[in-house]
Amino acid sequence: MIEDFRITGHPVLDDLKERKKVKIIVNGKILYAFEGEPIAAALYANGIKVLRHTPQYNEPRGVFCNRGRCTDCIMKVNGRPNVRTCITAVTEGMKIETLHGMGEWSEDE
Amino acid sequence: MVWESGRKMNDELVIIGAGPAGLSAAKEAAMHGVKVLLIDENDRPGGQLFTQTHKFFGSKEHMAGVRGFQIGDQLLKDLSKLNIEILLNTVALGIFPDKNVMFLRAEEKVQNVYAQNILLSTGALEKPLMFKGWTLPGVMGAGAAQTMMNIYRVLPGKRALMIGSGNIGLIVSYQLKQAGCDVLGVIELLPEISGYKVHASKIRRAGIPILTSYTINEAKGESFVESAVITRVDTQSKSFRYIKGSEIEIECDLICIAAGLQPFSELCWQLGLKMCYISALGGYVPLHDEYLQTSFPGVYVAGDITGVEEASTAMEEGRLAGKVIAFKLGYLKKKEFNIFFKEINKRLTDLRLGSFGIEREKGKSLILSSFNLSLNHKNSV
Repeated sequence: MIEDFRITGHPVLDDLKERKKVKIIVNGKILYAFEGEPIAAALYANGIKVLRHTPQYNEPRGVFCNRGRCTDCIMKVNGRPNVRTCITAVTEGMKIETLHGMGEWSEDE
Repeated sequence: MVWESGRKMNDELVIIGAGPAGLSAAKEAAMHGVKVLLIDENDRPGGQLFTQTHKFFGSKEHMAGVRGFQIGDQLLKDLSKLNIEILLNTVALGIFPDKNVMFLRAEEKVQNVYAQNILLSTGALEKPLMFKGWTLPGVMGAGAAQTMMNIYRVLPGKRALMIGSGNIGLIVSYQLKQAGCDVLGVIELLPEISGYKVHASKIRRAGIPILTSYTINEAKGESFVESAVITRVDTQSKSFRYIKGSEIEIECDLICIAAGLQPFSELCWQLGLKMCYISALGGYVPLHDEYLQTSFPGVYVAGDITGVEEASTAMEEGRLAGKVIAFKLGYLKKKEFNIFFKEINKRLTDLRLGSFGIEREKGKSLILSSFNLSLNHKNSV
C-alpha cells in the first residue's frame, strides 16, 4: 500500500520551495523524504501510519499530538529506541524501524 | 547529555516560548533596549501562528483580515532588526528560586542562565478525549492534523471526521477540505454549535454537515482507523445518555479531536506559582496582577498560559509584558508607560467582547481578585 499524501496546489499556501530529497530506510525498505521534515510526516506522506506497538498489549500507535508531548509516535531511529518522530527531522540514509515494546539499543548508531 | 555551565551573564529578560505572546513581548522589550534571550523547544519560532491559514477576527488594529502565518512572518521580520538572541531546539527544564533557568539544547547540552526577569509564554496544549479505540493510529488532535497539513504539507488522512464544533474544530475542518481531504462531518455533544457562526456557515457552505447532540463511541480498525461509530445523545433531559438505535458507522481514516485546549503550565507548577482553576480559561492558570506578574516576583506570564484565548489576545498580552519589564528595568518613563497601559487594557477589553469573551473576561477578573486575595492572606498570616 503505497500512496502519496503530499499536498500540492493549496488554495491559500504557496507550494514549498524546492526541497532536497533524501533517502530513508524504513524497516529495511528505501523510501524518499524531504530533508528537514519530521520523520512522522515523511512516513505519513508514504502512507505509513503505524509507528510502534505497545509493550503490554502489542497495540498499534501513531501520531497523536504531533508536537513532542504525548510520545505516542516514538520509533527506533539509527539504532536508538524511543525517538519522538514528530519532532525529529529526517536525514540522508536515516534508519527508521517500527518500535516493538520498549525497544532495544543497537550498536550501529 | 553534557553539562556545560557557560552562561554566567545576567540576562535582563528570558522568555520561554516563542509563540505569538513571546514574540510580541520580545519585540516590545527589545525596542526599548532590553537585552532579551528567547528560547523555544521547536526548530522554528512562531508557535501556532504558522499553522493558521485563516484570517484573524476583530478590528483592523488587531490585525483582522490578515492570516496567522502572515502575522508570524511580519513578527519575525521585525524581530530580526532588533537585538534579540533566539535559541531554538531548546527545552526549558526548570527554574530555580534564584531565577536560574536550566535548559537542554538540541537534546545534548544542559545550560543555564540567570535571569533578572522571566516571561513564561508556553501557550496551551490540546485536551485529549477518551473513547473506545482512541489510541488507534488515525485518531489525532485537530491541531496535530493542522500542523501536519499546513506546515509539513502532508495530508493526515483522506476521509475525516471532526469531534467538536468549537472554533478549532470548525477551522481545521475547513482547512482539511482546502487541503484535499474529504470531511464527512463535524459532531458536537452539545445541542448547539460551540464556535463562531461565521466559521460554522463557512463549513456548511462547503457541504460539511454539523451534527449536534452527537458523540463518538468508538473508533474501529485493525491497525489504524477504518471507521467511527457515532451516537445521538439525550441533550434534552441533559442526561447525555446514548440514545439506543441511533448509532451511525462512518467509514473514515482520520478522526480529529477538537475538545479544547488547556494552558501549558508545567513550569508554573515546577516553580510553585499560585494557581487557580478557571474552566472558561481551559483549566489551571497562574495567578497574576494587572501587570502580568505572578506570585513569584520577577516572573511574568502572557498568552494562553494565563488562560486559553486567541492569538490576537496573546499578542496584546505579550506586548504588555514586554512594556512592563522595560518600564521596570528603567528603559521607559512612567508617563509613557501609563499611557500605553491604559491603551492596551482597552484593546484587551475590546477583544473580549461578545458571548465568548464575557466568560473569559470574568475568568481574567477572577485571576486578578484571587491574586490580590492571596496577597492579603499572606500579609495577615
